[in-house]
Amino acid sequence: MNGILVYLLILLIAALLSPAIIQKGGRHAAWLLGLISAAGFAMFLTYAPLTSAGEKLSLTINWLPELYLNFSLYLDGLSLFFALLITGMGALVLVFAGKYMQPYPLRHRFFFLILLFEFAMLALVISGNLFTMFIFWELTSVSSFLLVGFSHEKPEARNAALQALLITVAGGLAMMAGFIILGQAAGTLEIPLLLKSGDIIRNHPHYLPALLLILAGAFTKSAQFPFHFWLPGAMQAPSPVSAFLHSATMVKAGIYLLMRLSPVMGGTPEWKYILTITGAITMLLGGYFAYSQTDFKKVLAYTTISALGILVLMLGIDTDISIKAAIIFLLVHALYKGALFMIAGLIDKSAGSRDLRKLGGLFRAMPVAAVAAIISLLSMAGLPPMIGFIGKELIYEAKIGLPDIGNFLLLAGVLTNVIMVAISLTLIFNLFLGPLKYPGEKPKRPALALRIGPMILASVSLVFGLFPSTVADLLLRPAITSIRPTIDTLKLALWHGFNEVLLMSFITVAAGIILFLLYRKVNPVLTRFNNEVITFRFADAFNKGLDFFLSLTKKKTALVQSGYQRIYLIAIFIMTSALAWYQIAYTWKDMAVNVITPPGVYELLIVTVIVASAIFATLAKSRLAAILSLGATGYGIALLFINYGAIDVAITMILAETLILVLFMVVIYHLPKFTNFSSGKTRLRDAGIALLAGGFMTGLVLKAGQVNLSPKISEFYTENALSLAHGKNTVNVILVDFRALDTLGEITVLVIAAIGVTALLKLRTKKGSAT
Amino acid sequence: MRSHILQMAASRLLPVTLILSLLVFYRGHNDPGGGFIGGLMAAAGFVFYALAFDTREAEKKLRVSPMMLIASGLSIAFISALPALFAGNPFFTGEWISISLPLSAKPKLGTPMLFDFGVYLTVWGIMLTVIFNIMEE
Repeated sequence: MNGILVYLLILLIAALLSPAIIQKGGRHAAWLLGLISAAGFAMFLTYAPLTSAGEKLSLTINWLPELYLNFSLYLDGLSLFFALLITGMGALVLVFAGKYMQPYPLRHRFFFLILLFEFAMLALVISGNLFTMFIFWELTSVSSFLLVGFSHEKPEARNAALQALLITVAGGLAMMAGFIILGQAAGTLEIPLLLKSGDIIRNHPHYLPALLLILAGAFTKSAQFPFHFWLPGAMQAPSPVSAFLHSATMVKAGIYLLMRLSPVMGGTPEWKYILTITGAITMLLGGYFAYSQTDFKKVLAYTTISALGILVLMLGIDTDISIKAAIIFLLVHALYKGALFMIAGLIDKSAGSRDLRKLGGLFRAMPVAAVAAIISLLSMAGLPPMIGFIGKELIYEAKIGLPDIGNFLLLAGVLTNVIMVAISLTLIFNLFLGPLKYPGEKPKRPALALRIGPMILASVSLVFGLFPSTVADLLLRPAITSIRPTIDTLKLALWHGFNEVLLMSFITVAAGIILFLLYRKVNPVLTRFNNEVITFRFADAFNKGLDFFLSLTKKKTALVQSGYQRIYLIAIFIMTSALAWYQIAYTWKDMAVNVITPPGVYELLIVTVIVASAIFATLAKSRLAAILSLGATGYGIALLFINYGAIDVAITMILAETLILVLFMVVIYHLPKFTNFSSGKTRLRDAGIALLAGGFMTGLVLKAGQVNLSPKISEFYTENALSLAHGKNTVNVILVDFRALDTLGEITVLVIAAIGVTALLKLRTKKGSAT
Repeated sequence: MRSHILQMAASRLLPVTLILSLLVFYRGHNDPGGGFIGGLMAAAGFVFYALAFDTREAEKKLRVSPMMLIASGLSIAFISALPALFAGNPFFTGEWISISLPLSAKPKLGTPMLFDFGVYLTVWGIMLTVIFNIMEE
């Protein structure tokens, strides 16, 4: 496990150094970064025999165990499966990006971000504590935001980035609340312990709120309906990002969370219904919109949404076979979708367009890439001998013979796959076969760095399809067993006999071919239909909602923030005294006034001076007189403090009073002449507020004299000041030792105030000099 | 309001107030005083100086900018909390060492003292920042 921790650090360091490596390292520097990721892949592969034997590795560094907050890592079959996916895919995407990002002047920044993402994503899937996971979850959202908005000079990119961030982070926040409930219910957030306390959690009264909140996180991240719309928008990102984040890894984080928590929260009717219904809607919706697009990348984006829907659906069905189908389909999808997004980028680069209507016959221009693309598309269509076929067959098998809405699900599933077949065939024929068509210059043969990723992924799709047992036992079964410990065998084969599943596959392919033949006629109609009839767009609605919220906040701010200091003071005084008065009136009955010791001559004298100077301040006809009499009030209070033995407070008071007086003396020349602005009415109002505030202070003090806390805190301080803190001055000891953290907070607040004053005055001066 | 008498008084008083403020800071642990009061006193000396001359002169006399005082004060206050962590105690536990000096004096040195010095510098800096800024207006 230490090896994994070290690798995480290496990845983080590589991210930090990557800008320098890219800038100084020449054209092939990205290969080095790819190699680092590939090394991680190799290292994780060495763990495969361990997890395959059912071993679970974990590492915990305690931080705040009382609040269940620890930094923990946990590696089992499921984490390993995802870790391999992330590092493997990462290596290929980094190499691809090395060439693809060449023309971008800010590419060094790009590599930093994408490596940071890889680090966060990897850490997410091997987190052993839900809060460790949460932190990396948010880090993936942030790095995704920066990557989607990478071409920040384009307003669409900025908009899409903001949308993706707001949705995923809002979901993340809900998820955090869900985690907290989960922690309260189970008494732990450590994943290994949670996995054992499934029954407690499922029977807990707060199970449903926790489930809904966590699902909000998973669904937003994995682009489930109705949060799906950020994903097509995120295609503003450069193609390597789409290949890595928005198809193969980040959007799978939600799926990973569902898989991880399936033994903890799964199996209940709520889980099943919410997941199946959401998954099915997402699956169909994604399929439909994919079929009606003309932009290659948009097509892929919507098929990704559809695939994510299938995964959620499979997890919702929650049978042995559906869990198997989910894991295998996850691999299938990552393989073909990663390859296809790279192909999309490569075609965009060399042929100058992604519009399906403008391209054609690219096989001649780029035969190797075309073969890789065709293999991947066949896998997407679920045709033999690709691994996609095995995935699809398992999905069909999972849907057969389900109760209640089972038949509907089966129909929806077949329909979606028909669309997938049609889309795959359309893409193959439109892009690669037929006469050569391109909008710009003649397409060049793409460089090796661009081709190698799709080539490897496509060959893996093919090899795993032909020899599925090679990975089944080592990687897939351990992952499945992590979700469902009762499954201990996994047999995969291309040919599994002639049964109703195979029959359905035949129907699917036949219908898909028909839909493909209709594509040219249907697509423009659907595009028009989408544009004219479906006027409701989730993305627009979201933006409108956001604008509305912003204008609402502006209005609210304008209402509350008048900018007049007196209004703020009035609000503060009234609110404080109202709240305090409520409490005082509530306990008025037990108020005994006889606890007051009769004041001596000194006190009476001082109080008379204080009151007299306060009254004089309100009646003063000149500013100087008002300030001086206020000062007299302050000194009077300081005298009172001395009288009662609070020397420290008194000295502080006198010094502060002096400095304030000096300050007034300085400003007084610059202030307008003291004219009596206040009318009788406002004076009356102010007097009322002053009485209210003064009254509550009096009430509070009277009350405080009665409250008997035993043992008294002050006694503790006086008794222990010398013995514990080696000081005789209790006040000072409290300030710098017993309550030092409070003091640190206070001086920090003062510093902020000082900076605020500086900013306020300096900014005004600048503005003044400008006009 | 340039007055030679005031200027003379201010420049003579400045070192006195500074020494006094340090004294007040130091005695704070056992007698009335402490970092907060000391900081206020130190600031008062400079404010008086700035009144007699102007803020620029006062800042020149101070040599570092008030913001620097704030920054170092806050850092010292924070750093004083750290030794406790290394000693395995909760954040901000006072850690003490005794040093023996000749003449049988045995002053005790501890992190609360360091913390108080941080408070001293911070308060000093804050007062000067605020007042100088307003005076410059």
